[in-house]
Amino acid sequence: MAGEERNIKLKIENVKKIYNSRNGEMIALNGVNLNIAENEFICVVGPSGCGKSTLLNIIAGLLEPTSGNVYCDGKKVVGTGTERGVVFQQYALFPWMTVKKNVMFGLNLQGIKGEEAEERAMKYIKMVQLEDFLNHYPKELSGGMKQRVAIARAYAVNPSVLLMDEPFGALDAQTRTQLQSELLETWEKEQKTCFFITHDVDEAIILAQKVIIMSARPGRIKEIVDINIPYPRTQETKMSPEFLDLKNHIWGQVYHEYLEVRK
Amino acid sequence: MKEKNKGSKIPDKVWLLISFAVAMVLWYLLSLNPKTARSFPNIVVTIKATQTMLERGVFWKDIQSSLISVSAGFVLGFILSLPTAILMAWYRPVRNIIEPWIQFVRNIPPLAYVPLVVISAGVGRKPQIIVITIATFLIMTITIYQGVINIDETLIKAARVLGATDKDIFLRVIAPATLPFIMTAVRLGASVALTTLIAAESTGASAGLGMRIRSLNNSFESEPMLLYIIIIGIIGITVEKVIKLLERKLTGWQEKREI
Repeated sequence: MAGEERNIKLKIENVKKIYNSRNGEMIALNGVNLNIAENEFICVVGPSGCGKSTLLNIIAGLLEPTSGNVYCDGKKVVGTGTERGVVFQQYALFPWMTVKKNVMFGLNLQGIKGEEAEERAMKYIKMVQLEDFLNHYPKELSGGMKQRVAIARAYAVNPSVLLMDEPFGALDAQTRTQLQSELLETWEKEQKTCFFITHDVDEAIILAQKVIIMSARPGRIKEIVDINIPYPRTQETKMSPEFLDLKNHIWGQVYHEYLEVRK
Repeated sequence: MKEKNKGSKIPDKVWLLISFAVAMVLWYLLSLNPKTARSFPNIVVTIKATQTMLERGVFWKDIQSSLISVSAGFVLGFILSLPTAILMAWYRPVRNIIEPWIQFVRNIPPLAYVPLVVISAGVGRKPQIIVITIATFLIMTITIYQGVINIDETLIKAARVLGATDKDIFLRVIAPATLPFIMTAVRLGASVALTTLIAAESTGASAGLGMRIRSLNNSFESEPMLLYIIIIGIIGITVEKVIKLLERKLTGWQEKREI
């Protein structure tokens, strides 16, 4: 018991979220309980509208749960905190800042300036292989490059938890595969607790140690699937029988939920 | 995305010359046609009218007076519109109370309320500035307000998760994100300031481009009238070019730009 407790990075306890809209109440999340271990890579899948993003926003502190709590390192989450970094699907780069300035933004807010900030920014810009684009503005970058900048920006403030909301959802298949392997490489080098939302089942299995399947409205955790495929995972992993079995199973569950939504 | 006409071999500057030549020919034809000749005196006599106005000692005075009214009205309009727009975007009650009236007054031609302004403010410089201030304030408030409410909310979220306080968000995210809209507002405001000039100077002004056009109208002197109209146009396009240049310098990072 005690040993298990020690490793828990994020504790999601009975989280419920109700949105009040013109059409009355909408229960987005209903009693979500989840423990995420330190440095664990979690992927969340589920049909649109199952509350995945709502859950991520609550963990990030951008939304308040209607009831229930989230704990990070045993401390109750109230508002945002730099120990919990977020990567958004829409990149959310500041268009008036160059690549370097974007990556330095969070450091400057922490009072880290000048050479130290530049050095730290450079480390992560190199990590995402954009050192040739330091002084480019976001409008001059492709979608994949923009998301690399966003990842570098999140890493630069050194969060222990990385929350990613369908970060590769808007990218083409090749770029997505490329960024997936880059993300895994980084995660293996610099361990962080990752909470990654996707609707792509392949992506979830190739990345995660655990895949969380969420049910349709109101959002609940339907099943937690352990992915016991050893890292490093490659494109060949996607051909292995264990991968295909998992894919079959998870896809079936998600599809079932998708049909529920349509009813 | 960016579309540049690479098919055409004629450079833009040459096109500008061609456009200018076409206009000159058209002007010349209008000055020959007996039906339009009185409104469109030919280019030579129109330019010569400069001499007449200089001799009367009003030419520079008129330009100076108009520029003072336009600049003062514009600057006041801008100073008032910036906080109003931000408050409107920030606080729902402010928006709900003010916005309908801005839309309401915006559609009334300034010429209509000039007499009322004169009744309270008297004649001279004051009512001119008031009229231009009102007109520029309305257009700039609406434009900036639209900009502030259209700021991409994920930018604010992204700043917040990186540790930004409310003050950081205002200074480092909202202010720069609004800058393009402020520049657009400045451009539209400058244009409105000039187009409101005639109305503003119908307040019993003693000098000014708009006032002079009206008084020349009484003596049917179409040459200086046309000259003054062209001067207003030249001032307008010069101001616009300068603002556009500034816009490109300050907000060149933008993905796309319209209006």
